[in-house]
This record gives sequence, C-alpha cells and structure tokens, in this order.
Amino acid sequence: MEIPYAVKARPDTGLYNAKMGIWLFLASEVMLFGALFCSYILLRVNAPEGTWPHHWLNIWMGMTNTLVLILSSVMVVLSWASLKMGNFRQYKIFQGITILCALVFLGIKSFEYHDKFMHYQVNLKDGRVADGHLQKAETTGEVVAIEGRWVEGAEELYDPALGHEGKLIKIPRSDIKTMENYGPWHNTYLAIYFTLTGLHALHVIGGAAVIFAIWGPLAKVWEQDPERYINRVEVSGLFWHFVDLVWIFLFPVLYLL
Amino acid sequence: MENTIDNKHARERGREKPGFWRGYVFSTDHKVIGIQYGITALMFLFFGLCLMSVMRWQLANPGAPVPILGKLLFRVLGEGAVSKTGVMLPDLYNAFGAMHGTIMVFLGIVPLAFGAFGNYVMPLQIGAPDMCFPRLNMASYQFYVLGGVLMMASFFIPGGAAKSGWTSYSPLATVTDMNLRPNGQTFWIIGMVFLISSSLLGAVNFITTIIQLRARGLGWMRLPFFVWAQFVTAFLLLLAFPPLEAAAVLQLMDNLLRTSFFLPTGLVVSGQALHISGGGSPLLWQHLFWFLAHPEVYVLILPAMGIVTEIIANNTRKPIWGYRSMVYSVLTIGFLSFIVWAHHMYLTGMGTHIATFFQTTTMMISIPSVIILTSLFISLWGGSMRLNTPMLFALGFLPMFGIGGLTGLPLGFNASDIQLHDTYYVIAHFHYIVAPGTIFALFAGIYYWYPKATGRMMNEFWGRVHFALSFIFMNLVFMPMFIQGMAGMSRRMYDGGATYAASGGVVGLSPRVIGLNVNISHAVWALGLAQIPFIINFFWSIRRGRKAASDNPWEATTLEWQTSTPPPHGNFEREMEVCRGPYEYSVPGASRDFTPQNEMDNLEPATNGNPVRS
Repeated sequence: MEIPYAVKARPDTGLYNAKMGIWLFLASEVMLFGALFCSYILLRVNAPEGTWPHHWLNIWMGMTNTLVLILSSVMVVLSWASLKMGNFRQYKIFQGITILCALVFLGIKSFEYHDKFMHYQVNLKDGRVADGHLQKAETTGEVVAIEGRWVEGAEELYDPALGHEGKLIKIPRSDIKTMENYGPWHNTYLAIYFTLTGLHALHVIGGAAVIFAIWGPLAKVWEQDPERYINRVEVSGLFWHFVDLVWIFLFPVLYLL
Repeated sequence: MENTIDNKHARERGREKPGFWRGYVFSTDHKVIGIQYGITALMFLFFGLCLMSVMRWQLANPGAPVPILGKLLFRVLGEGAVSKTGVMLPDLYNAFGAMHGTIMVFLGIVPLAFGAFGNYVMPLQIGAPDMCFPRLNMASYQFYVLGGVLMMASFFIPGGAAKSGWTSYSPLATVTDMNLRPNGQTFWIIGMVFLISSSLLGAVNFITTIIQLRARGLGWMRLPFFVWAQFVTAFLLLLAFPPLEAAAVLQLMDNLLRTSFFLPTGLVVSGQALHISGGGSPLLWQHLFWFLAHPEVYVLILPAMGIVTEIIANNTRKPIWGYRSMVYSVLTIGFLSFIVWAHHMYLTGMGTHIATFFQTTTMMISIPSVIILTSLFISLWGGSMRLNTPMLFALGFLPMFGIGGLTGLPLGFNASDIQLHDTYYVIAHFHYIVAPGTIFALFAGIYYWYPKATGRMMNEFWGRVHFALSFIFMNLVFMPMFIQGMAGMSRRMYDGGATYAASGGVVGLSPRVIGLNVNISHAVWALGLAQIPFIINFFWSIRRGRKAASDNPWEATTLEWQTSTPPPHGNFEREMEVCRGPYEYSVPGASRDFTPQNEMDNLEPATNGNPVRS
C-alpha cells in the first residue's frame, strides 16, 4: 500500500504530506513558545518596580550566538538549493557547516549556563551581601572565595552595571547566613530564562540531530530516491528556520530589554 | 476477470498479513490503532466511573466504611488513604476527584471521540488508504498509553495520586505533598506531557490527512459532517494544547526545581513561610490552563456532534437540514473557542473589563452551537425514522446536550455566575454536555460502526435496554445536582455538604437538599450496573453477534460503507471517486432511498456499489 502524495505534491494544495505536516507542527510550536513569551510578559509586568534584573547576561555572547544561528540558517537554504541543482558534494559542505554552527551555539550556551551556576549571592549574618563567581580552587571547608563585590543596594543587585569592579573576596563559612547560585530557583527572571533557553536548546539539539541523521547515516537515500531526500532536507530545514526564529526573539527579550 | 483481480488482491493481502506483534500491538494501520484507542479509552471511562462510585459512597454516607471495597482499598493503597475500618480519608477523596476528571477528559473521552472514531472512520470516509503518517499515528497511541500508565502508577507512589482537582490550580498543586518529591502532582504533569504529545501527533496527522488524502471529487462541501467535526477538533488540539504543555513545563519547574512561576511572594503554608523566591502569578496558571481547557470542551463535544449527524441522516433517510450552516457553525465554534477561556475565572478578581469581554464572546459562541443543534432537530422533521439503538442514543443526545448547553448560559453571565460558581450546578451543567451528551453520542457511534469493524451487529434488544436504563439514570444522577447547586452547595466537599447542614440558620442547607446525595449515589451505582448489558453485548457480539446483512447494513451513503467488511489493509480495493454530497437519501427518482457518494450518475450499481466478490 502506498500513501499518496508522500513524495510528489498534491496538485490542488501544492504540498507533499510531510511539508503540510511540518507547517502544522510549527504552528503548534508557535503556540508553545507564544505561551511562554506571554508568561514572560505577565511575570515581568507583575514584578514590583525595580526588581526585574538587567545586564545579567553577557550581550556579546548572545550576539555571537545570534550570528551563528543566522549563519546556520543561510547554510540550510544553500544546502537545499545545492541538492536541487544536483550538487551533492556542495550540499555536504553547507549542511556540515550547519551542524557545526549548532554545536558552536550549544557550546556557547553551556558556557553561559555554567557561568550562572557558578555565580553566587552570599547573604552574611551581619546583613551584608556579596555577589560573584565562586572560586573553587580557593574555597575550603572554612572559607568561601568568590570573585565579585560587596553589594551596596538592592538596585545594584538587579543591575550589576551600577556596581564597581570585582575583586577576590574571602568569607568565612561561619559568617554566612545563606548562599544561593543563580539557578532557576534564584528568581523569576532566571526561572523564565532557563525555561525558555532550555526548551530552545532542546529544539536545537533535536533539529541538529535530525539534520545530522539525514546528512550522515541516511545519505544513501539520495542515490535511491533523490526527490524524497530533498524533501527531507527541506522539512528539516523548515524546522531549523523556526528554531532560529525563536532565538531571534529570545535574544532581545532576555539579553537586551 | 473479476475473479483473477480478486485473487490477486487476496494474495497481496496474504503477503501483507503481519504477525501478532506487528498486527495488533505495533500496528500502523489506522483501523487497528482506532480500535486500540477505543478499547483502552472505554476501559479508562469505566475506571473513571468506578472512582466516582466510591466517592459517591462517601458523599451519601460521610464517614461510613466503604462496603466490600473498603478493606481492599486499605490493603492496596495503605494507611494514609483509607482507615483500618475502610473509611475513605479526605486525601484519597481528593485524589479520586482529581483523577476522575483527568481520566474522564484526557484518557477517556478525547481518546475515544478523537483517537478511536477519528482514526477508524475518518480515513474511510474520505476514501484514503490510511493516515498520512502511519508511524506517527502508532507513536500517538503509544504516548497515550504511556501517559495513562503514569497516571495509574501515581496511585501507588507515596502520597498517592494528584489531589488538586483536574485543573491543578497552583499554588495548591505545588504545595500539596511538598515534602515528597516526586509526588502525585509530578506524575500528573509528566503524564499530561505525554498525553499532550499524543494529541499533537494525532492532530497533525488528522489535518494533513483530511487536506491531502481526500478522494478524487471529494470537495470540501461534500465532506461528511463527521469529517468536518474531526477537522476542527484537530485544529483545536493542535493550537490549544501547546499552551498547556508550556504551563506543564512551568509547573514541573516549580515542582522539581523550586522555581516560583505560579507561587506569589510571601506564600505561607500551614503557618510556615515557604523558602521560595516568589514573584510568580497564580493567575498565570489559570490563564494557561483554561486557554487549553476551554477549547478542550469543544474537543469533547464536536466529534460527538459529528457522530450524531451521521446517524441522524442515516436513520431519518433524508439529507441533513442546513449542512452548509452547520459547517460554517462548526468553523465559527472552532475560532471563538479560543477567546472565551476566562469565563472560568470571573471570580478570580481579574477585573470587570476583562470579564465583560469574555462574557460577550461566551454569549456569541452559543449561537453557532444552537445553530447546529437546531439543524439536527429540524433534520428529524418529516423523516421516516428508524428507531434502532444508534438512533435512540443519537436522539437522546439532542435534548441532553440542549439541557447542558442552555444551563451554561447563567454561568456565562458575570452576575449569575457569582451565585453558581463552584457549586454542584456547574457539575450538573458540564456533565449534561459530556456524560449524557458526548458519551451517548459515543455509544451511538459504537453501535453504528460496530458492524463495519467486526462484520457483526450488536444485539438490538440489549442495546435498547442499555439505552433506556442509561437515559433514566443519567438524568437521575445529574438533574438533582442543579437543585443542590442553586441552593448553594459547593463542589469538592469531602462530606457532601454535611457541614452546611450542621451550621443551620441562614447559611445552612436544608436536609432535603443534602439528602439528595443519597438519591444521586443510588442512581450512580445503578448507572454503573446499566453498563453491564453493554459490556457483555460488546464482547459477545464480536464472535456471536448476528452477521451483518451486507457491507452496508444501515444502507448508508458515505464512503466507509462502500468497501468490504472489515476493510482490508489499504481500505479500498480500487480508488474511490466521489460524485455527490454526503447525505443523498431519498433522492426523488432514484431506484433506492440512498445514493452512495461514489455512485456514478448513469450507472446501475452492483451490490451496494461494491465490486462483486466471489
């Protein structure tokens, strides 16, 4: 039994099945991320004046990642076009760059995550607050060492750009009331940051895995059924563009605004 | 010639015949998947009824040990859930309530109405060989089973199943069993993620199939109404479920990673301030939840309307009145259902302006619903009706859905909702739509399509008994709840309102209102017993039922009846071509009172439009 229009487009819709399917799937993805962006807006609007953080993320890293993803999107289009023109070698190169871009993106992202998990806010028993990155090498059973600064006011905590230069601070553990790193539990901004970028990263991993599977293990389909192969590249490419587009929204929302 | 072709098909089919695992468990055939969905969902529906039957004992006899089951529940669920004497404890009551709702909606009715009927009937009705993505279809069923298993497993973990209502409102849902992680709520959320993924795969598949695989000549206005209903349902699932998935992810973060998406600053539980970062919004959960859950209501009802339409056209032997207006109505419902969700939240303090907006859209959405119901009623006019079991259930659906719909209007108005909100009135209202409404339509569909799936008819006499008893007891269960609700009896009370009775005076409820609990409970148990004829009939008829007279025993016009019974892998032995609308019954001048959709104009049909089979 053959399912009709699995490869060739249906004349009256102009689409083959998988292309129709992926567009519908992307529509539902828009609703998924749409709901999360709406949650972001609601949480931010609800936050009391002056408690929404600014400059907690490194803009240059976000910017680099944005450019990396845009580059990967261009590569996806070029690789699809190469296949359309029958140039399989060129396709291999372009799509290889796409996969590389995905890895670079994930590398930068995990560096940023690591940076947040090493970032601690330390509340001392005397009421002072220190904020900075944990220095594992110099932290011992008695002393916690962080590379950071003493925080003078709440606004400085929410916008580190207002603070002064960082330095190495050593705090005896007996002076510490609580210390917590900048994980999703730290505050609502970080919670939505980790949720949005985490879900996006899962999409990057999924998309890259599919693109890699078509590029590598399934490449022999090109010889047997080139049209089906091009369709697969197109459908995975559509998904990849969507993943990039989500980041295009995430970057300003989380890094710039 | 005919013979050789048939032999060839038989050979082909023989070659394709898969083994047990590929044929019944990991099948990609939409018909097998449909039946898998159907039987699983029926079992969940019955289990949901059982949960409620136990709860009704507690409501009718607060604090009395549950007979028979009490000891068993104690042994299975342990000390925290049931006392040694077999009394249901409040936590178990809450867990059963939450799981009753979850199971009935997400594991029972949606899989039966959409997964089972949609999968089995829709591709046949559009003349397609299968779904567009058969393997995704299989994955959809497997996700559904996984979700179901997680929900079931949650009864046996420490702390028991989720117990914050099927709506899982935060912060309650997050602070319940806080000392236990993962708890019932964690299981609930992860189970929901699987169920959502299952619906998502199904929805993509359904829409693509309906758009891409319609037979030649099957234009949009020639689609059976059932297909239209499934089409709109699929769009609702596709676009409304993802926000719940987002909400589930956020609540899972609250649950496992101690975030505060739905937890406000300064939350105090049992006199203890919680160690949370705060800053979250409980209303956000309600918005995200109801953004799904209101379209979900239409997911529950639209396939039912589709089934009823098919059966009414078939058994009145005349075309549906106002087919086009029904199609436009169902599309309008689909659109409007996305902008009515906050009518569940009038009492949350979200503001009168927002409430006014949602009150207006809520009133608007009743218009297309009334158009569909009216068209169905008018379709009965002047028909020479056949009152078989499917038709009885379909006829039962009409007034029941009518009652359910009309009693919803007072809930849709801000002012009257203040009195009725969160009372038994609400329970009665939506159960009239879903229980004697949708479930009757689903029964109708089972009796109607059973001969297509098995080649045998279900027993007519016991079908009628099943209908009569169900009809009586459904009303005896839900009608008194309107009275209780209007008297002000709150829902989700462990003691069935006994606290009210004790308080006396102005706030007290009269003993007669509370006494209705006993009558309702009796009716629930009788309703459960009334399903026994159906269960026996269903399984007995698979092998012992009367053989269907032909491939088209109801003499229907739509395409699913124009192939052999049960349809082979690939559904049709030749490509279908459609030359007319879906309900051409009693066409003046025609030789018979039905003209199948694929019948050519100037052609005498062979047997029922099928090729002669040897």
